[in-house]
Amino acid sequence: MGTEMTLKPHDVMRLVATRKSRRAAADESIWLCLTCETCSARCPNDCDPAGVIDTLREVSLETDVADAPRRIAAFHRAFLAQIESNGRLHEMGMVMDYKLRTGDLMKDVINAPGMVSRGKLSLRPDRIRGMAEIKRIFEKCGES
Amino acid sequence: MSTVAAPDTGTAATAAAPRAPLAYYPGCSLHGTSREFDESLRAVLAALRVPITEIDDWSCCGASSGHATDHLLGVALPARNLALAEAQGFKSVLAPCAACYNRLSAARLAVAGDTELAERIPDVLGRPFANTVEVESVMDLLREAAVMIEEKVAAALTPNPLEGLRLAAYYGCLLVRPPEVAGYDDPEAPTSMDEVLAACGANPVDWNMKVECCGGAFSVSRTASVVRLGRAIIEDARRSGAEALVVACPLCHSNLDLRQKAIMARGEEPMPVLFITQVVGLALGLPAAALGLDRHFVDTEPFIRRLVEQAAVRAAAEEKVKAEAAAKAAARRGKAESA
Repeated sequence: MGTEMTLKPHDVMRLVATRKSRRAAADESIWLCLTCETCSARCPNDCDPAGVIDTLREVSLETDVADAPRRIAAFHRAFLAQIESNGRLHEMGMVMDYKLRTGDLMKDVINAPGMVSRGKLSLRPDRIRGMAEIKRIFEKCGES
Repeated sequence: MSTVAAPDTGTAATAAAPRAPLAYYPGCSLHGTSREFDESLRAVLAALRVPITEIDDWSCCGASSGHATDHLLGVALPARNLALAEAQGFKSVLAPCAACYNRLSAARLAVAGDTELAERIPDVLGRPFANTVEVESVMDLLREAAVMIEEKVAAALTPNPLEGLRLAAYYGCLLVRPPEVAGYDDPEAPTSMDEVLAACGANPVDWNMKVECCGGAFSVSRTASVVRLGRAIIEDARRSGAEALVVACPLCHSNLDLRQKAIMARGEEPMPVLFITQVVGLALGLPAAALGLDRHFVDTEPFIRRLVEQAAVRAAAEEKVKAEAAAKAAARRGKAESA
């Protein structure tokens, strides 16, 4: 994803090292990182840009949510909302939630009819028994 | 809890050394959009006599969204499953999804390297957690079984449809990175999947995009990026002579299979994308339907039919050569006797 980022992983590291983390945390680039870990695996100085970018995202969410690109943030929220309500990801539920959050109501983001005909999309969520534990985890992590 | 294969009772030379009971963490994708990965894995492990038991009441590992937004949540969600496996008496857990494997393994390492975190996690989970369970990837397991796979393929009654087939082994990110989390293969030039493909009789090609990223979790939120990255991967595989791509990650599969319609221009030949477990299953002679090959978006039916037909032609040609040699030998014997 480096080609689509204004700040490449090494630029992010430079900003953080020179105490300009806020600038890095406010840039869209940190949200384009997929944690493919290539930069961390290849860093000749043994730095961990992927780990730094994860931390910057967390800082960015705590301080100013508007920094995250709307669709990517909506995806993360819809994904975590599924875990919070079912303990597992219900793909159909996540897609509906994502559509409501982004307003992309008509966009068929995952080819739902094709998924259903191939038996890949269940209509009902698969809820686990230990939901109290999931609730506790989210509360303890300050997500709820 | 569902036990899949019976413990190995065979006495054949191929019988593996008895291994400790293996917990199975399917993760959300293998119960949903990648259920063919689950189906083919269960079929192959049953054939290889490796019993697995699904972790009772497992929950989502949080994959990329957990750690991308909250570090503690990114550790706690996978840790709950490690704690369950531990409580259910397992020493090792198989996580076939590369993203789950990465999260489970990363949580295990994070807790092992941080005493404060190790003390905090049981309180976050509300259950004891001693961090005693190892995490195994599907490539780890299949590479260990490569010799057995090779023997079983050689002993199969039907001709091997994969014989000499040129395949591109695509590892992507999370099977090999970060190296301290994955650890079982070379992060830049991995070979585990190539070794398994070779054991299946196929011909793994040399290519450049083995460990490039496919766009992972952006399949929904940034489809254009996924299409760009996927195109580069498929084009390079084709240039290297591969007839199909082989993956071991549900995200890679969905980005390259489901999104292939958007990746390819009109009139371009589609490239089948197979899970490694489906490839092993085909080599072992398991039926395509049992491997979920009919669940893909890129139709695999014409591809598999062609492979089976070619294998039959090869087998017939070999038979003919053998029969001719036998006839010649018989004729020579006949001449020698009459002389």
